[in-house]
Amino acid sequence: MRARRGRGILPGFRLSLGTSLLYLALLVLVPLAGVALRGATSSWEDIWRAATSARALASFRLSFLASLGAGAANAAGGLLIAWVLVRYRFAGRSVLDALVDVPFALPTAVAGLALTAVYSAEGWVGRWLAPLGIRVAYAPAGVWLAMTFVGLPFVVRTVQPVLAEMDTHLEEAAAVLGAGRLQAFSRVIFPTILPAVLTGFTLAVARALGEYGSIVFISGNLPLRTEIAPLLIVARLEQYDYAGATALALVLLLASFALLFATNVLQRWSVRRLGPAPG
Amino acid sequence: MTFGEPLATLPSLRHSGVTEPAPVRWLLVSAAAAFLGLFVLVPLLAVFATALRAGLGRYAGAILHPDARSAIRLTLLTAAIVVPVNALFGIAAGWAIANFRFRGKRLLITFIDLPFSVSPVIAGLALVLIFGRQGWLGGWLDARQIRIVFAVPGVVLATAFVTVPYVAREVLAVVEAQGNDEETAALTLGAGGWQILSRITLPKMRWGLLYGIALCNARAMGEFGAVSVVSGHVRGETITLPLHAQILYDQYDAVGAFAVASLLALLALFTLVTKKYVESRSRPA
Repeated sequence: MRARRGRGILPGFRLSLGTSLLYLALLVLVPLAGVALRGATSSWEDIWRAATSARALASFRLSFLASLGAGAANAAGGLLIAWVLVRYRFAGRSVLDALVDVPFALPTAVAGLALTAVYSAEGWVGRWLAPLGIRVAYAPAGVWLAMTFVGLPFVVRTVQPVLAEMDTHLEEAAAVLGAGRLQAFSRVIFPTILPAVLTGFTLAVARALGEYGSIVFISGNLPLRTEIAPLLIVARLEQYDYAGATALALVLLLASFALLFATNVLQRWSVRRLGPAPG
Repeated sequence: MTFGEPLATLPSLRHSGVTEPAPVRWLLVSAAAAFLGLFVLVPLLAVFATALRAGLGRYAGAILHPDARSAIRLTLLTAAIVVPVNALFGIAAGWAIANFRFRGKRLLITFIDLPFSVSPVIAGLALVLIFGRQGWLGGWLDARQIRIVFAVPGVVLATAFVTVPYVAREVLAVVEAQGNDEETAALTLGAGGWQILSRITLPKMRWGLLYGIALCNARAMGEFGAVSVVSGHVRGETITLPLHAQILYDQYDAVGAFAVASLLALLALFTLVTKKYVESRSRPA
């Protein structure tokens, strides 16, 4: 067997890597590079003007604030769900576990329809919120709700394995040394799972920022009020304003890459702290 | 705690030291259940409740309508093309990443995840910029009367873009956990590459592969944002199931929209059952 310069001894390196790279390049990288190149063909002023119009700024503000809010809700809720699923045994545990994956498997348009039905003023939950003056559907809160829904699995599924693998000896030591549960959590458990929580948070924010399908149903799509950035891209495209759509897309792409980079840094931090992730 | 306590009491201390009092446990479980109930379970139930609100007859009528049937056909066709191709990609990428050391491996994994973090709308925009009438290849395609954007090929490409990571991710999780000792052993016993793939690697990753395919299928059939941009909404031609649900909803036919949506929700539930099955089969390694 010919040694392949320390690569590994199994055959099929060129074939498997070649097809993967070619497919990924043609389907994903070239089209995305196309968006960047298209942006490069317009002048700086045009891009700047398209990306900083009042409508664009309002959409970016809503997109970024709502996705950060959804990420925060998922960090808190996801940590709670992961904790309960890993640490306690109770009736209906496997149902809760299955529910976590619903946003991953449920088409976003279905999620949008469902959330609108439940949280509109006549809906099952919305009718209880309406007398309190809380509007969810057709308001910015609806955008946040849909974003929280689509990002739900990320924090749970990144925190869950870390919690499960965590050695309880440290907690026992903390207890023996006189720490209460709250103290043990904040001093021992939380620092250990923090990288996983932050990774899940970043993934959830990235997912929420690009989300479109569920939000178009629930937000009402009012320019300046409940219009998210991906929706404004679609609106520009429908007016054949390709340069305007591209300018907005570039801003979103930059944000996505920044979040992707942050995820990678966080994962490396997590590996350094805990050793390679199990599974 | 005083010194000199008999060691026998330690196990009970241990026990109380790493869990919470029962009321706290109960409170936390209730809060988690409320979160998932309000955000996930209630909306899921609402899909079926709304779809069946006007009776089974209306439900069946909405699903069997010619427009719905053509949407189902296109959705099935798209999935039938996209899922196998993305599954092959997932297997190839899994083989390359698990069995070889090469520069840029981390970058490759990041690129596989890229469609997760890029907005589906941007995926659609990219296809329009390349294949659209004013796109780079627009003139060339126009001259040959090939239509990609606002036609079925665009729908397929957009769906493929968005669902690239699903199979690859599940396959990678399996191969990274299990390593390639068995493959290496097979090689030293004289097996060829394809033999190793079909006799060892594929059986080894079959459960991850199965769930990845189920998930990829659910996302492919349910993709909305990217498809919506490139579809052009040509009635009876480029309308997929999710787009059809939206059209009905915009025409104030809520029951029809939810009936169509309920098909996709059933698909999602089927996917989750597959996951549970896969987990139960793959736990005792």
